[in-house]
Amino acid sequence: MTGRWLRVTLPVVTTVAVLAAWWFGSLGTESYYFPSLRAIMDRFVEVWLFDRFVTDALPSLWRLGAGFGIAVVAGVGLGLLLGLSASWRRATEPIVEFLRAIPATALLPFALLVFGIGDLMKVAIIALVCLWPVLLNTIDGVRGLDHTLADTARMYQVSGARRLLSVVLPSAAPQIMAGARTSLSLALILMVTSEMVASTSGIGFFVLDAQRGFRILDMWTGIILLGVLGYLVNLVFTLVERRLLRWHAGARADTASAR
Amino acid sequence: MTPPTTTTRPEHAGPGTRDGRSGRPRLPGAALPAVTVLGVLLLAELVSRLGVLPTRYFPPASEMFVALAGQVVDPSFWVSVGQTLQGWGAGLGIAVLLAVPVGLALGTVPLLYTAVRPIVEFLRPIPSVALIPLVVLAIGTGAASKVFLAAFAAFWQLLIPVIYGVRDTDPVARDTGRAFRLGRFGVLRWIVLPAAVPYLATGLRIASATALILAVTAELVIGVPGLGGAINLARSAGAPDRMYALIIATGLLGWGLNAALRAVERRVLHWHPSHREAAA
Amino acid sequence: MLELRSVSKTYGSGAGVTPAIGEVSLTVRPGEFLTVVGPSGCGKTTLLKCMTGLLRPTSGEVLLDGRPVTGPPADMALVFQEYGRSLMPWSTVRKNIMLPLRARRVPRPERERRADEALAEVGLAGFADHYPWQLSGGMQQRVAIARALAYRPRILVMDEPFASVDAQTRADLEDLVLRIREAHDITIVFVTHDIDESVYLSDRIAVLGPSPTSVRELVEVDLPSPRDQVATKRLAEFGELRTHVYRRIRRDEAGSPPGVASTAAPAPGSAGEDAERVGSAS
Repeated sequence: MTGRWLRVTLPVVTTVAVLAAWWFGSLGTESYYFPSLRAIMDRFVEVWLFDRFVTDALPSLWRLGAGFGIAVVAGVGLGLLLGLSASWRRATEPIVEFLRAIPATALLPFALLVFGIGDLMKVAIIALVCLWPVLLNTIDGVRGLDHTLADTARMYQVSGARRLLSVVLPSAAPQIMAGARTSLSLALILMVTSEMVASTSGIGFFVLDAQRGFRILDMWTGIILLGVLGYLVNLVFTLVERRLLRWHAGARADTASAR
Repeated sequence: MTPPTTTTRPEHAGPGTRDGRSGRPRLPGAALPAVTVLGVLLLAELVSRLGVLPTRYFPPASEMFVALAGQVVDPSFWVSVGQTLQGWGAGLGIAVLLAVPVGLALGTVPLLYTAVRPIVEFLRPIPSVALIPLVVLAIGTGAASKVFLAAFAAFWQLLIPVIYGVRDTDPVARDTGRAFRLGRFGVLRWIVLPAAVPYLATGLRIASATALILAVTAELVIGVPGLGGAINLARSAGAPDRMYALIIATGLLGWGLNAALRAVERRVLHWHPSHREAAA
Repeated sequence: MLELRSVSKTYGSGAGVTPAIGEVSLTVRPGEFLTVVGPSGCGKTTLLKCMTGLLRPTSGEVLLDGRPVTGPPADMALVFQEYGRSLMPWSTVRKNIMLPLRARRVPRPERERRADEALAEVGLAGFADHYPWQLSGGMQQRVAIARALAYRPRILVMDEPFASVDAQTRADLEDLVLRIREAHDITIVFVTHDIDESVYLSDRIAVLGPSPTSVRELVEVDLPSPRDQVATKRLAEFGELRTHVYRRIRRDEAGSPPGVASTAAPAPGSAGEDAERVGSAS
């Protein structure tokens, strides 16, 4: 009883305690680089509700969404192809292994050179970098198709597109989602970095611009906004994942309890 | 990014369950990959030489490799490699030293984990690059900033797997340890830690990749010396062949680090039944 | 109807070649309940995969109505031993049953009607919207049987379907299969390592030898129908048949090591195309 009560209240207590410590501990601060939380929050309301939200946050989110979306669609599509065909997989393996080993941001200068500094560059670089985790996990997921299930599909004449959609894809879905989650954090990194390197809008641009202009409060509001957005984007992803993979959690709990 | 996926791969049925389907004749061994790599390089060469894509953006593949060869004999290239590796190594090392004890503590004391969980859950998904401006102000534009960013990003990639690994310890093994009077420290050393090692190993590989990304990012955005800066310099200097050569070199570096960690992992974890390669 | 002619299967090639089934010849009669019984690891599953077209035999051929089987035939259904892995955990029971019908382009109302009928027949009428993993092992195997029924096959092949359920459930499922066989005009090939089960269920038993396996004897089962778990198993003939099959399997098990030609002679009273000698060369 007390254990359960603790489990509910303790996180709330610590969260409130940390925020309170920050709030009150920083109230009388003289530090130039670390202003009080109160001042930051006041400024946050002025900046982000809602002028800058439309001019900077929304473009960031649209680039993130477009790049990530393209990566998932392309990664799953290519992953199905490479997962199902051993020859294609063998043929492309060295190229895939090499391209995905390039540290994501090292490709930024390439994207700048080829796509310029517009939205296209940002969407392209996010898509390019996020492609690999989705692709590799899709290949793994497709290859991990249970042999009995594969035989079942053959036995009951389930083939072609029907097999792909009703058997292969759902069975690979847990792995695909794991890859997509990795891609999502890469997408956030690339969103911010690409806006820092070359942009005239976006939260990444705003934060770095504020720092260079010594608008310290502005900079802090941007960092906090990035933190909140990162958290919310991951939260949305988790909810979608939980919805899509409800069966997976159930099936796993079942096999675990059977043991 | 994520803790390693712990979905177990369904074990394969009998040997040769898929027999009788291999119909077509195949190219032997490494021939097929070699053919495609050569094909892609040849295509890149032709596309550039024939002017299908502008040479200004896509120099012929041969020129990239000439530039790469030029870099390899240039001492300043190796200085850049060293600088990037330094940021990667120091950052990853600090992350390991912090994440393992913290992870062990959070994993073994459930109450503690319950208490700090919302803070971990909030800090983890923050894109570490968001801290760049703050780091520049507080630490400056030197190598220390690079190390901090790499360590910060890698820390979360390690912390979560360690916590998962510790919590995943077989309760029977734990009780066995207690029955043999191993003591609190003994249980930790001989039972909990080995159980967490496979998780740690996977986390280490992902953390290594992340640390490298952050090191390169710091070089690119802040201007800390290293490969990232060199790539950007080559771009702004209008030397695309050198830019591509350096990107290729960075890719090879990332590939090499990953391969080295995998090799170590295979040696250390050859005993582990569920040891498998996670694609991440 | 279904005929295996000198079917053999080896895995690997060159020096690492391992024979899985020796040389099996067997004819399944229309409408019969044939069980295939053999010691564990003798290659029953491999034989069954050749029979259903999931595997190509290394030599010999499988014929269905005189035509060679090169892939799973459309009028054959298979119930796997691993029910947990043969059902799709992401689909409800009803959708699991309907998927093969969708692949066959059976119209939706018809699909749903057939699924509901099949579920009622296996005693799971109320469970259409459950997920397989919400059901017990025995119930999951019932779902797999319902899926096969809704598919309306002429030949139903079952691969040790009740090997991983408890004894009581097993008896219930055995009777379910017998009822299904009565209700539908269906030929059943049932693979098992359980001798009691094979005698109780079948019209005919194919006794397999150890790996690389071949058919040692075909035993006609003349027990009265309908069978009953208590009455049938109390019959003297039941005991005799069981002892006979048991002896045949034991003797063969103690026989020659795998890969060496077995010289077991056809037993008296075995039917036609039985008791092939094992070809030791591949």
